[in-house]
Amino acid sequence: MNMPVKPPRGATMLRVENLSKHFGGIRAVDGVSFEVNEGEILGIIGPNGCGKSTLFNCILGQLQPTDGRVSLDGEDITGLFPADLNRRGVSRTFQLLQVFPNLAVRENLILAGQEHVGSMMGRLFGPRDAGLGAAAERMIGFFNLGHLAESKAGGLSYGQQKLLDAAMAFMAGPRLVLLDEPAGGVNLTMLAALKERLHAINRDEGATFVVIEHNMEFVMSLCDRVVVMAEGKVLATGTPDEIRADPAVIEAYLGH
Amino acid sequence: MTSPLSRLDLNLVTLILGAAILWFVPVGMKSYGIYVISFWLVMSIAAMGLNLTLGYAGLKSLAQAAFLGIGAYATALITAKGGVLGPVWSWPLAFVVSGALTFAAGVVLGFPALRVKFHYLAFVTLAFATVMFLIFRNEQWLTGGVYGFPNIPRPTLFGVKLNNDLAFFRFLLMVTLVLSLAMWWLLRSPWGRAFMALRENPLRAASLGVNLRTYTLLAFAIGAGYGGFAGALYAPMVEFIDPAPFAISASFVLLLTVVVGGQGYFLGPFLGAAFSYVLPEVLRVTGGYYLLVYAALVLALLLVSPQGLIGIVEQIRELRRQKTAQAMRDASKVMLEAGR
Repeated sequence: MNMPVKPPRGATMLRVENLSKHFGGIRAVDGVSFEVNEGEILGIIGPNGCGKSTLFNCILGQLQPTDGRVSLDGEDITGLFPADLNRRGVSRTFQLLQVFPNLAVRENLILAGQEHVGSMMGRLFGPRDAGLGAAAERMIGFFNLGHLAESKAGGLSYGQQKLLDAAMAFMAGPRLVLLDEPAGGVNLTMLAALKERLHAINRDEGATFVVIEHNMEFVMSLCDRVVVMAEGKVLATGTPDEIRADPAVIEAYLGH
Repeated sequence: MTSPLSRLDLNLVTLILGAAILWFVPVGMKSYGIYVISFWLVMSIAAMGLNLTLGYAGLKSLAQAAFLGIGAYATALITAKGGVLGPVWSWPLAFVVSGALTFAAGVVLGFPALRVKFHYLAFVTLAFATVMFLIFRNEQWLTGGVYGFPNIPRPTLFGVKLNNDLAFFRFLLMVTLVLSLAMWWLLRSPWGRAFMALRENPLRAASLGVNLRTYTLLAFAIGAGYGGFAGALYAPMVEFIDPAPFAISASFVLLLTVVVGGQGYFLGPFLGAAFSYVLPEVLRVTGGYYLLVYAALVLALLLVSPQGLIGIVEQIRELRRQKTAQAMRDASKVMLEAGR
């Protein structure tokens, strides 16, 4: 693929300004602002119900924000449809399992990339794997799913489906990936593998990540910076070390 | 384990072999027998379209018989009374027009599908089917109403009018084969994968760049188009049409056909159509009880295999796979113990 010239590492990629989402009287997200820089891994933590997933859904066009603005490379993308956003290189994984259960693992991966290559007519008359066979094979190897390539995704274990979900998010070579609790329900061995894979993709392909996660150890060791949310608002932003030392965070989230 | 997509290649072989066998099956049959298998092929085409919309893309549609009717009446109007393009080219024109009209109607009917899902969508399509039936029945100046539309001519091929039932059956068989091959190609292309994504998980599909609007409308339109094609074959087959076979009950039978055959399986519609349209004819030997026997069979089948007739084949295959795997485990266990 002919990729546009990449902005330098460290330039602002995603900017969330004063974003709010109200459900009736409940302010699930309440004036949240933060920036994500090119090549960065940003973590978002906070107690259950603090608005993390709602924030994701607003950024990704699954929900219309009540107020505020989201921009990608300076361009307003607020309220863009998920499919349109995805074609601009923004990809995501889901908190709950979201694979295509009756399709084989390989088919899941090709599906994840096929709408990014060629035209509608090319997809009807062109090759069955949309020219993505080799890319799918690489992803299968990268996430250790080789022995499962022909198995139906619905038959995989929870952890394997999580890996597949992540692999699907990377199929189209996205610039920005939003991961919603990638570690939830994944055993320790697979968690270590997942973290290593995410680091590798970040390092080698320069992909930028925003990660929602409860697993504190996972977030602190994976992320460059961390945003702490509480009751729909940003409580603190900083490096993992700064966050660990922040009294307000300790008070509200880390406890004791 | 085979994925649903790699199984499509086996389907291609089955299609071509099946067509070759069917070419000779009606030799020596009486015209009633030829009519029954001709009817089976026509309804298989209509069911194939619904299988795309419902079985692969997961969109509930209860209007397939209405599309069949649109195709049948369009063909009757274009080909009767000498035909608008004369005896040779009128039917090909009618075939194309039937497909195009129903494709367009499918697009229109697909728009509600972008907003409503499941049984709500089924009701929207049911309303469409009702309106179409009322048009077929009440607009007598156009359709002949309940008196029907008589004298629909058979197509002419290479200068020969296909009045001979066997010749018409073979013509029908070739058209069915071409339409089946087109569907086979469609389903194994990336489009087919995107249709299945609509059924399996539209939320996830959208987040992967799949344009839900485009694929939803296409699934409806192509499925409806196959209904129209079937109609263009149905009208010259029976040579006389009235509104009854395009009523709402007929749409329900087509839905049953897809479910009984095995929705989302390529060969399901052929099996389903045999069950829905051939089996009742066979069961006539039981006299007045044939509908009762038929209903009991439907009930029993869906209890045993909710995935339809193809589902039974799949269950047997899965059982065999498990047996083989168990045998391999046992064998390796013996070897391990021997090696100890």
